[in-house]
Amino acid sequence: MSELSVNHLLGIKYLKEQDIQLIFETADHFKEVINRPIKKVPSLRDITIANLFFENSTRTKLSFELAEKRLSADVINFSSGQSSVKKGETLIDTVNNILSMKVDMVVMRHPNPGAGVFLSKHIDASIVNAGDGAHEHPTQALLDSYSIREKLGDVSGKKVVIVGDILHSRVALSNIYALQLQGAQVMVCGPKTLLPKYINDLGVKVETNIRKALNWCDVANMLRVQNERMDISYFPSTREYTQQFGVNKELLDSLDRDITIMHPGPINRGVEITSDVADSKQSIILDQVQNGVAIRMAVIYLLASKIKQ
Amino acid sequence: MVVYDAKGLYIYVSTSKFLHYLCSPNTFGYYMSQKVLLNAKEVNIILHRLACQLIEKHTNFSNTVLIGLQPRGIYLADRLTKILKEDYKVKNIELGYLDITFFRDDFRRGEKTLEANTTDIDFLVEGKNIVLVDDVLYTGRSIRAALTAIQSFGRPNEIELLTLIDRRFSRHLPIQPDYRGRQVDVINEEKVKVNWEENDHEDSVYLIEK
Repeated sequence: MSELSVNHLLGIKYLKEQDIQLIFETADHFKEVINRPIKKVPSLRDITIANLFFENSTRTKLSFELAEKRLSADVINFSSGQSSVKKGETLIDTVNNILSMKVDMVVMRHPNPGAGVFLSKHIDASIVNAGDGAHEHPTQALLDSYSIREKLGDVSGKKVVIVGDILHSRVALSNIYALQLQGAQVMVCGPKTLLPKYINDLGVKVETNIRKALNWCDVANMLRVQNERMDISYFPSTREYTQQFGVNKELLDSLDRDITIMHPGPINRGVEITSDVADSKQSIILDQVQNGVAIRMAVIYLLASKIKQ
Repeated sequence: MVVYDAKGLYIYVSTSKFLHYLCSPNTFGYYMSQKVLLNAKEVNIILHRLACQLIEKHTNFSNTVLIGLQPRGIYLADRLTKILKEDYKVKNIELGYLDITFFRDDFRRGEKTLEANTTDIDFLVEGKNIVLVDDVLYTGRSIRAALTAIQSFGRPNEIELLTLIDRRFSRHLPIQPDYRGRQVDVINEEKVKVNWEENDHEDSVYLIEK
């Protein structure tokens, strides 16, 4: 197979296993490209991409922008903070205005779940979902799996625990879909209040004891506690969360096995993981960031090649 | 064992080769439109000549690197390197593989997504003399892409081009080889296919009518 089965990347849910393998194989080549003295290829020189960020982002936005520029695409950026969205413009109007400037692809982050799917039904451009509310964040899940594949050789058969705020996390949902699609076993671990009620229906294991969870897994993906999305108190205090679910070096060293630590960023050092864990040899957090550019280049390249002239 | 090849001549082959011949289309005239341009012996002679020409120009290869173009130029580059090392005792030849997929000028112009191959260049090309190696030179567009791609690895001193087959009168760009194995006149509807022992079971060059 040499082509994606989809025209947009709206979520992992819409992908097939072969799509993920194709993205990984393509990312392998781009990873080699971004380690060259000159890290740029001219493939997408006739493609214009709009990065529409209706929600704050630093790392994802930088990563997408870098990926687009390394492919030689023309890039325009938009952040809702300084835009007409504040003046009451609808999403479709905003995007159609931008598309009338001859844009071929839209990378969008939006606070509302399903914003990407909605948009894909109304406009004529390839859409990459860069996070829609607490729904999906497909490129993050892809780069997480890619980093596991790079570190452990394969994703299939591995045991991955996702720790923390599962309820508000788009990273968790996309990761569950992606890992299961590739034949990994997934467990979620966190305070009961931060686990969605019907999470069992996704076929994942549920654990509320961090030690048991870590002793079970090969990889622990530590999520950030998303205070900004919490309308009520889900746990008594940050300190108590850290005591119950935080990972420190002592805990890590006392485990029966050597596990790999991942974090999608931004890290709250001392809350979900301590500094010595984040900077330890078992952590692949910075590899994830580097792989993020290669994965996004692969996704954009494969989607752009489906745009007809 | 006696079998008949595409020209209708019979030749002796070993049993293992015979099995391959059974699967090969030219045995029973399945593709009668296939014509042999070069056989294994001729390919071997040409490879040795090309190796000698490279030595004549680059002597001990102290500042010269061979770069095979993916996907099919790498077999020729491998073979030349082997001949230079084993038959002509040239030491320390650096060999790299270059994939040009992301530098091609036909992105989004065909039906299929362009699939990449591995690039494997573990040395700097800054100041080096490069010999690009490919099996067939046709329109010259691949070479144009390779010239751009190689710049990602530094500024070479000089770039030369070596091809086994040079299809005359078919260039879209002003590109000519410095070392050529055989020049052939082939019309656009025909295809030149270079086979290598390593993955096609025999060294040969065929002209195939589409």
